[in-house]
Amino acid sequence: MTKLAPVLSAHWDEKDSFTLEGYKRHGGYKASEKALKMDPDAVIQLVKDSGLRGRGGAGFPTGMKWGFIPQGDNKDHYLVVNADESEPGTCKDTPLLMANPHVLIEGCIIACHAIRAKHAFIYIRGEITHVARRVNQAISDAYAAGILGNGIDVVLHVGAGAYICGEETALLDSLEGFRGQPRLRPPFPAIAGLYARPTVVNNVESIASVPAIVLNGAEWYQSMGTEKSKGTTLYSLSGHVANPGQFEAPLGITLREILDLAGGIRPGHKLKFWTPGGSSTPLFTDAHLDVPLDYEGVAAAGSMLGTKALQIFDETTCVVRAVLRWTEFYKHESCGKCTPCREGTWWLVQILRDLEEGKGTEADLAKLLDLCDNIMGRSFCALGDGATSPITSSIKYFRDEYIAHLTTGGCPFDPVASTLFVGAGA
Amino acid sequence: MAFSTEDLQVMDSIIKRYPRSRSAIMPLLHFVQSKAGYVTNEGIEVIAKLLELEAAEVTAVSTFYTQYKPTPVGEYHVGVCTNTLCAIMGGDAIFASLKDHLGIGNDEVTADGKVSLEHIECNAACDYAPVVMANWEFYDNQTVESAKELVDSMRAGNPKPPTRGPSRLVTYKEASAVLAGLNDGLAHEGVQAGEPTLLGLKLSKEGK
Repeated sequence: MTKLAPVLSAHWDEKDSFTLEGYKRHGGYKASEKALKMDPDAVIQLVKDSGLRGRGGAGFPTGMKWGFIPQGDNKDHYLVVNADESEPGTCKDTPLLMANPHVLIEGCIIACHAIRAKHAFIYIRGEITHVARRVNQAISDAYAAGILGNGIDVVLHVGAGAYICGEETALLDSLEGFRGQPRLRPPFPAIAGLYARPTVVNNVESIASVPAIVLNGAEWYQSMGTEKSKGTTLYSLSGHVANPGQFEAPLGITLREILDLAGGIRPGHKLKFWTPGGSSTPLFTDAHLDVPLDYEGVAAAGSMLGTKALQIFDETTCVVRAVLRWTEFYKHESCGKCTPCREGTWWLVQILRDLEEGKGTEADLAKLLDLCDNIMGRSFCALGDGATSPITSSIKYFRDEYIAHLTTGGCPFDPVASTLFVGAGA
Repeated sequence: MAFSTEDLQVMDSIIKRYPRSRSAIMPLLHFVQSKAGYVTNEGIEVIAKLLELEAAEVTAVSTFYTQYKPTPVGEYHVGVCTNTLCAIMGGDAIFASLKDHLGIGNDEVTADGKVSLEHIECNAACDYAPVVMANWEFYDNQTVESAKELVDSMRAGNPKPPTRGPSRLVTYKEASAVLAGLNDGLAHEGVQAGEPTLLGLKLSKEGK
């Protein structure tokens, strides 16, 4: 039996999958029709029962999040969809929205009904013109067809290149028209979110998963996945593999199984290290091929499921170079609000640059770990924590490689060997 | 340039999308870029006036986000992903060769105003690495050679179309209008998905 289970991706191979017509051909907008006839609390209960958990990285139960919205408070409520997909390695929401923006709109309608919101905002990153275009067109088409505008409005809001806006409270500040910097919690968005009103912030994939749950039932969704990680999800395989791509499977599949399906590591090479869920999740090695890729399995092995962004690096890759580049990213994207992250990431880059050039000393490794210790858990938001993950995990597994840079006086790797253009066996 | 009455009407319609006007700052900044090619002082002043804010408040927002450009970019703004995965797969080599080929550095524009270059962060297309963006449209699976051909085609005034996008590459200003939430009627063009996007689905249909 196949290990894959396309639900979100089931019709992406149809050329007009992104149109209203293409979406309706396979029952599109039947779920919202059904949900709108249900009591809102029953919709929340259904999503709770399904076991759906947030697909943006944290894995918080979606139905429970909806349930936190106070009812009968006579305030406006808002749904905000986080489509600011920017975590390095993460590339699932973008192809989803390009191939099927309507499933997100239908999910928005259902979620708005459940949390008694009249307004949904889709906050999409600004660096993907064609996806913004497709989502905007889908919204227009849904209005023209009378699907939107009958009590529920959806507005597309396009970002402008700030990773931090993927953090939910920074996203809300950005959507309110400010610099995107995270807010102190509590109050949580469920109490005081957008415009200080009760707000649910959900990832694209979470909301897009809801229509199928409404149509097929909680039991159906529960039947897939593992004990505490239910349903199917998109795993994004990239890097030094024979065939990169999107693989929708029940939660709990392993990297070994996905690699078997995808044709393995690129010919002539072997796995060195990988991320289970983006650069903010501690690195894994070939010792972790059989870790079940669900929320619990990955956590038990010392990392996080994150966004299920499986970035694969083979033995030609210098781990110090890889980690330095991620660290430069975090330094660039640090919003500057809190000192540990703003100053800490700056120092991490300085030390890593020296190490990569073979100019550091072994004491610098201890200093790196000490800095990480002072950033982790002391930063205002998870960006700072995430910045430490590649560093601490790479020193844990590849300390010798750091030392080799010092003893050889530079990087012992040939960067050409790890490019796509050299081909197999280079 | 001055904003026309029609421009001001569009800006007004952007503001009306939101329950609170200040939320319109970001799309309005994209709109200013769609008219001027970058964020001009005049654009800042107009936004401030429309939203009843100080110009400094609008500037504070504009300078936070890297997509709002304080100086003009090229007609075709090229971004090479040099975040870890793309960098290692060839993005570093592509970026270095484009700088050399165009004779410009990071965040610079060619003398003819056609092409500007920027190294960018992960653009959510890692299964198509190495990735190059032009006016934020996807150019997947690039090589040093294909990237050079791409910028040459831009300078010749006939840019190659994106791999996943409309059948022609829109200009930076035109793309900025899309990011401001305006509809250019091109959503139906281009593929619904590239091959890597469909790989899992294909294997599943083969019973794997």
